[in-house]
Amino acid sequence: MKSSVITFPGSNCDRDMDIALKKFGFKNKMVWHADAELPKSDLVVLPGGFSYGDYLRCGSMASKSKIMQSVINFANSGGMVMGICNGFQILVETGLVPGVLLRNKYLQFICKNVFVKINNKQNKYFKNVNNEVLEFHIAHNEGNYFCTQDQLKEIEDNDQIAINYCDENGKIEDQFNPNGSTKNIAGVFNKEKNVLGMMPHPERMIDKSLSGEDGSLFFKNLINNLK
Amino acid sequence: MKISVIITLKKDVLDPQGKVIHQTLDGMGFKDVNEVRQGKYFEIDTKETDNDKAKAKVEEMCKKLLANLVIENYKIIDLK
Repeated sequence: MKSSVITFPGSNCDRDMDIALKKFGFKNKMVWHADAELPKSDLVVLPGGFSYGDYLRCGSMASKSKIMQSVINFANSGGMVMGICNGFQILVETGLVPGVLLRNKYLQFICKNVFVKINNKQNKYFKNVNNEVLEFHIAHNEGNYFCTQDQLKEIEDNDQIAINYCDENGKIEDQFNPNGSTKNIAGVFNKEKNVLGMMPHPERMIDKSLSGEDGSLFFKNLINNLK
Repeated sequence: MKISVIITLKKDVLDPQGKVIHQTLDGMGFKDVNEVRQGKYFEIDTKETDNDKAKAKVEEMCKKLLANLVIENYKIIDLK
């Protein structure tokens, strides 16, 4: 399986993602934002970080990068595109996934482990994951998911909510919502479920001695689903 | 030609920064404030000399980059 990680000026989780993808069997290539062509890929990842210093709105500048036209075409032709954290912010700015990510409700940068409940397993990202709840890491200032009432109805009707913030037992309540996201939403799909944007970082949970292993579970499962 | 643009958050979008500014103003003794909403201001200096054309271009810039229309409104306020 071949993957590509896009590096924008200010990306800082690109190498973590590279390590994670390789660890679980992907042949990964790093792709510079100013390139026009994507290498042949089964998965494209927009990594976390602070692309373009978060100027204007997080992800807004990166969404207009040269490489992004190829990424958008790839996604629109059914290619798997995953945006993590700043990558999620870039995805919403391209319009590939609905909504926006606002400043966290309590104006704090949040850096901690959270639990997320998988809302939809009918897709290549979460199919065959045995767990209902995963422990991932979040580190963001703008992760407060917001969408219009019409968009919310649409994403609910189309089952586009991927994961919600919850407690370790999968209870989705306001007190387990770290950033004020609408309906505790931590990740959403496009309509076709080949594009996933999520705030949590699975690539930070791939080593038992450093963190948890739910990221390992996620990547192992993902590569199997793509085979 | 110089054109100014103001970007504001739509009415029902939460503005935590505006809220904190409001609270701070309140703490400073400005008790009459009902609400504060924070926005963005741009000055764009363009080579275009025709008013209508310049305005149309800036409108396009607003739609494509300067504003995110899910949460923000834009207003072109000044041409000179």
